[in-house]
Amino acid sequence: MADVSFQGVRKSFGKIAAVDDVDLDVTDGEFVVLLGPSGCGKTTLLRCLAGLEKVDTGRVVIGGTDATNLPPRRRRISMVFQSYAVFPHMRVFDNIAFGLRMQKERKTEVKNRVQSSAELLHIEDLLDRYPAQLSGGQRQRVAVARAIATKSDVLLMDEPLSNLDALLRLEMRAELKALLRQLGATTIYVTHDQVEALSMGDRIAVMKAGRIVQVDSPLVVYDDPADTYVGGFIGTPPMNFLDATVEGGRVSVSGGTLPLANGAGDLSGRELLLGIRAEAIMVEDEPSENAIRATVLVLEPLGSHNLLTVRSGKDMLKVATPPHLFRPVDSDVWLRLEPERIRWMDRATGDAIAARADPPVAGALVDPP
Amino acid sequence: MRRAASAIGLHATAIVLALWVVLPIYFITLAAFSTPDAVYDYPKQLLPRDVSTETMRFFLESEAVYGALGRSVMVAAVTLVLSLGIGTPAGYALARFAFRGADTFRLTIVSTRAFPIVILSIPLAVMFLRWGIDDSVFGLALAHTALALPFAVLVTSSVFAGISVELEEAAMTLGCSRAGAFRRVALPLALPGLAAAAIFVFLISWNEVFAASILTLRNPTLPAQVLAVLEQSPLPFRFAGGFFLLAPSLIVIFVIRRYLFNMWGRVIR
Repeated sequence: MADVSFQGVRKSFGKIAAVDDVDLDVTDGEFVVLLGPSGCGKTTLLRCLAGLEKVDTGRVVIGGTDATNLPPRRRRISMVFQSYAVFPHMRVFDNIAFGLRMQKERKTEVKNRVQSSAELLHIEDLLDRYPAQLSGGQRQRVAVARAIATKSDVLLMDEPLSNLDALLRLEMRAELKALLRQLGATTIYVTHDQVEALSMGDRIAVMKAGRIVQVDSPLVVYDDPADTYVGGFIGTPPMNFLDATVEGGRVSVSGGTLPLANGAGDLSGRELLLGIRAEAIMVEDEPSENAIRATVLVLEPLGSHNLLTVRSGKDMLKVATPPHLFRPVDSDVWLRLEPERIRWMDRATGDAIAARADPPVAGALVDPP
Repeated sequence: MRRAASAIGLHATAIVLALWVVLPIYFITLAAFSTPDAVYDYPKQLLPRDVSTETMRFFLESEAVYGALGRSVMVAAVTLVLSLGIGTPAGYALARFAFRGADTFRLTIVSTRAFPIVILSIPLAVMFLRWGIDDSVFGLALAHTALALPFAVLVTSSVFAGISVELEEAAMTLGCSRAGAFRRVALPLALPGLAAAAIFVFLISWNEVFAASILTLRNPTLPAQVLAVLEQSPLPFRFAGGFFLLAPSLIVIFVIRRYLFNMWGRVIR
């Protein structure tokens, strides 16, 4: 087990900076997800940690040792690749045993560890097969079993679930999370799937154009995005953003005015963006001074809830409503925005304006019982 | 209707092309395994009738053939070792590393193939005479290597390009050095492809006649020997020689195909 630290890590390919001055500390046993769209540098950052890419500047520290110039085999890491990278010319047993044999483990030890890793992944019946005789899901399990068999200090996962079909992914996600908790290994997990990130990580590091924009627990990243990019990237649907100003003791948006909320009193005169999650908007049928008027454009029944697309003034909003609430298209509704869930952003920079007196403690929201 | 017509057209074309190749092979084989008299018969026999090994025996026992056969094998073997020894690392580098001028390098390799051996042979012969490696197995193998090397580089490079880099990277994260990852993962996976490249390199040398004829005089390879005496030799000898030259290619393709296309429980293309 070990902690991991990126210190001012930079990596360019030609003129393009894939990783641009990244600092990130991961504590021992923590599960950190690197999240971002494709091309944001998250895989490159992971490969810098694995030693598969050489960093241009900065340091990579693993377990207190400067690993910046160590080859992959000296870093005490193991990795699950997006393509699984299961060796096609070896049986499942030999695949899982590969790392152990490289460590010159005794034969009986190799056998025991292969067996126990295979059992953790429920593939103990497949040990004699070749990878070509396995399904994608089974190959994925082999790749994970191979990575955990060596009991390395840090486990790296590069989009391990992205090649599975949707149902299998959902199943494997929960299984993998339970397994990794059980192992207690420090894990760095790369994904572009924000649901995966929210559901699995202790902390999420959201990346954009080679930089880390925000590192926080899933709930904080979801509720308190550091800027409009994070708010817009995380959550289905993404956070709504409305142009807003504070005038005469009320918040003014294009569809009407709202009472002051969440420290907005200090923001009068500034060009603001009001950020609000779809489920933090209440739909009401009667006008009130706490609500703004909107017109229903689309209604999407999704089973667990309905998703309304509405227009208020010149803003388009997504609103999540209870499944029994149906409003016909073109009808008028009134939207009440939960005051404590309104977030303020600077309109020019898109950065969040810290308004809360007591931001939630990162650790406190991890793992609700 | 149109699809049926085009399917028929495709099949007809395939049959014509197949016959184009197979018929001469068939008649050569037939003649090679008939009595010498049957070769002169008219009309020609279409089915094997007078099957005998007399013609083949006559060919193999005739003067110089035995020695030429041995030299052909030697030249092809040396060519194979040289071509793959030099070509495999070059192919690996082309497949794995993006280096400045990689495309130019690739193009240069192909373009050497456009340089006709006819023009190359005379200066080569002069050089070889000067160096004292004319009329030798090694000298001819060098010339054949020049012919086969571009092929070896391009084929091995496509073989390695077909093996995911992530496999080698996975091996490296599991404790292998760069070289170890190559030896334990890339090389075993490349073997079928390398075997195919080896076979084709072997056949390039085995079938090559022009450079062989010019660069060897007293110690010719089999094709050079057959070509040299073709005009003066009787018809059965020609058929036997023809069969003997094409047989290895056929046998190799039939035997190796199975191994090439089916390994580790999956089909490799």
